[in-house]
Amino acid sequence: MLKGSMGLIALGSLLLSGTAFAQEKIKVGVTATLEGTYTVLGEDGMRGFQTALNVLGKKVGDKELEFVVASTDATPDSAVRAVRKLIEQDKVQILLSPLSGDEGIAVKNFAKTKPELTFVNAASGAQETTYVDPAPNFFRYNMDGAQWQVGLGKYAYETKGYRKIATVGEDYSFIYTQVFGLVLEFCGAGGQVTNRQWVPLGTKDFASVIAALPDDVDAIYLGLGGADAVNFLNQYQQAGGKAHLMGGSIMIDQTILSSKGSAKNALIGTIAASGQADTWEDPGWQKFVKAYQDSFPENKRFPSPSLLATNYYDSTMALILALRQVNGDLSNNQAKLKEALAKIEIDAPNGKIKLDSNRQAIGTNFVTEVVDDGKGALFSKVVKVIPNVNQTLGYDPAVFAKIGLPSRTVPECKKY
Amino acid sequence: MASFIERHPAWALIAIIAIAVVLWLVFAIWPPGLEAAFGRKRVFLNAVLNGITLGGLYFLVASGFTLIFGLMRNVNLAHGSLYLFGGYIGYAISSWTGSWILSFIVAFVVVALVGVILQLAVFRRMEGQDLRQTMVTIGLSIVFADLMLWVFGGDFYQIQTPSWLIGPVQLPLLTAIKSSGEPVYLQYPLVRLVIFAASVAIGIAMWLALNRTRIGMIVRAGVDDRDILAATGVRIQLVFVLVFALGAGLAGIAGVVGGTFQSLSPGEDTRFLLASLVVVIVGGMGSIPGAALGAVIIGLAEQLGSVYIPTYAIVVTFLIMVLVLALRPQGLLARR
Repeated sequence: MLKGSMGLIALGSLLLSGTAFAQEKIKVGVTATLEGTYTVLGEDGMRGFQTALNVLGKKVGDKELEFVVASTDATPDSAVRAVRKLIEQDKVQILLSPLSGDEGIAVKNFAKTKPELTFVNAASGAQETTYVDPAPNFFRYNMDGAQWQVGLGKYAYETKGYRKIATVGEDYSFIYTQVFGLVLEFCGAGGQVTNRQWVPLGTKDFASVIAALPDDVDAIYLGLGGADAVNFLNQYQQAGGKAHLMGGSIMIDQTILSSKGSAKNALIGTIAASGQADTWEDPGWQKFVKAYQDSFPENKRFPSPSLLATNYYDSTMALILALRQVNGDLSNNQAKLKEALAKIEIDAPNGKIKLDSNRQAIGTNFVTEVVDDGKGALFSKVVKVIPNVNQTLGYDPAVFAKIGLPSRTVPECKKY
Repeated sequence: MASFIERHPAWALIAIIAIAVVLWLVFAIWPPGLEAAFGRKRVFLNAVLNGITLGGLYFLVASGFTLIFGLMRNVNLAHGSLYLFGGYIGYAISSWTGSWILSFIVAFVVVALVGVILQLAVFRRMEGQDLRQTMVTIGLSIVFADLMLWVFGGDFYQIQTPSWLIGPVQLPLLTAIKSSGEPVYLQYPLVRLVIFAASVAIGIAMWLALNRTRIGMIVRAGVDDRDILAATGVRIQLVFVLVFALGAGLAGIAGVVGGTFQSLSPGEDTRFLLASLVVVIVGGMGSIPGAALGAVIIGLAEQLGSVYIPTYAIVVTFLIMVLVLALRPQGLLARR
């Protein structure tokens, strides 16, 4: 609205490479949510992207990659506007976009109108993006919201002994997908989800939502992100809330765990699941954390990369490695690049990633618990690592199709 | 009051019945049938109180906006930036000194100074040119937003609530009777009550200052006809600067309040600008009581909406604005 291209200046100038002269360039457009509720997520996504460039470099054969950054605000129209601007004005040939769930669905649909270009999803995680009518030129190297919840329902039911839970989530596709994954597994194990509350993205005053939380449940699942999550926790603390909490993948994340103020302490001990765990021992992960930390001064980054940084890193890595495989050949409507992207298996910091026939990632998932490191910083600690999580969550595809698409009320709380 | 009843007996009856129903909803123990149809009483009471306290915050932002508009006919679209800036200043002061109260004072003074500069450097140069002022303030709000993003980043800041304000208090409002006969009282966050009380106090102080003091008289005269007022020898530019400083300072205080019970981040500036525009349009441009009424209506609509019709909660506030614009375009309490 008022601020069409806010935030662009900050990162744009940093990333535009102004070096090569005669060299041939490959232009890549990048979008991130650098405005609105998810600003912090977008900023850390860009840090992950920058880390990938620092580690891998910008050279592809004898060509140089050039990046143009555009800002969005997590709404689908802002994402399409940004992508359209990158293609039409900046003449980019490849897109690394977008960050958020609804944006992903919109950009995927837009990708069909530009079949000659290549779209690599940056971090968005709605199920529909790659599950329903996927675009042949849209590639997603992160798992979707439901895959990121694998393991949480069983852990809550079996280990924590929760029997009845209620959920609070932002009212849009990614959180639907997250709750979908949670409900499917928790109810499948025998648990009950008594109440699902949905709040608009960008809600600031949660006091009434908090008052409406049921008392007779064992835990409350929070599917919130960015400013919404921080506001919720702040007001939850003021209202004297004491329930056990469970968290979605962008709720229990450095974007929230590193927020200023004491409200985040309500999250200590909270169980969650995500495509990464901050304290994972794996050497590849530790190396990535180090690279991230070395890329930015301490006050300009989180203590450890957020899920968004990791996703942007993985997507950038997949794109650069695939481009190198074909030596930067974009002829014939980028056919070689698309083929390489579909086949590539990357050794990502958060586990190996390969794509299925819908060009959707199959990867590793982590069940975590929030711990205090003793110095006041919060981290997600690994409880369980689950490799090879696919989009149908291990269900037979025919059975999975019957469950329906994630929405406010789907899936029903039963065993499928 | 009596004349209103004489002139509109039907409306008066409806209003009295509505007030009685609301009082009954607040004080009575709800029968089980009502709870089954309408949800628990605790949820309803919380939503009402939240709506009113949120209205307190909206009033703080919108009163400055409406005051400036009422006197100078300046549509200051950078008002949201003043709010956010005040919040950041408050955060810096409270984390530096640890004093919550001090952060209000400093935020008020600093943002009021920014207001003075804005008035002297921008508005005075383009007096009476509405379109130019609007465009320039939109431009300024974008520049301010980027500057603040540069300095403070996209992080969320929360101003630390002082420890004596954390946690809930028990209100003497019954929500239910347990089966053992033990009454259950409403628990409510103390900080919201304190902030609401403070905004009521500020509202009353503003009303008194406008209606009972000499400077208030001058301001009111200026609202009615500033050319005649200037002709009588009042230094109108000085009054303008003072009013602008007060309006901006109130936005600064509101920023500290917003940073305490919500959070500060980029984007909050436009959100509060939009909120105060809606509040002022509903209440009536230039009217302080109108801003108070509009703020409570919008606050209640948001909170009750988020509980009872969550899907359409966003629409409700704008529906109210559309209705007011259609039926009473000058706003509910506008004088002219």
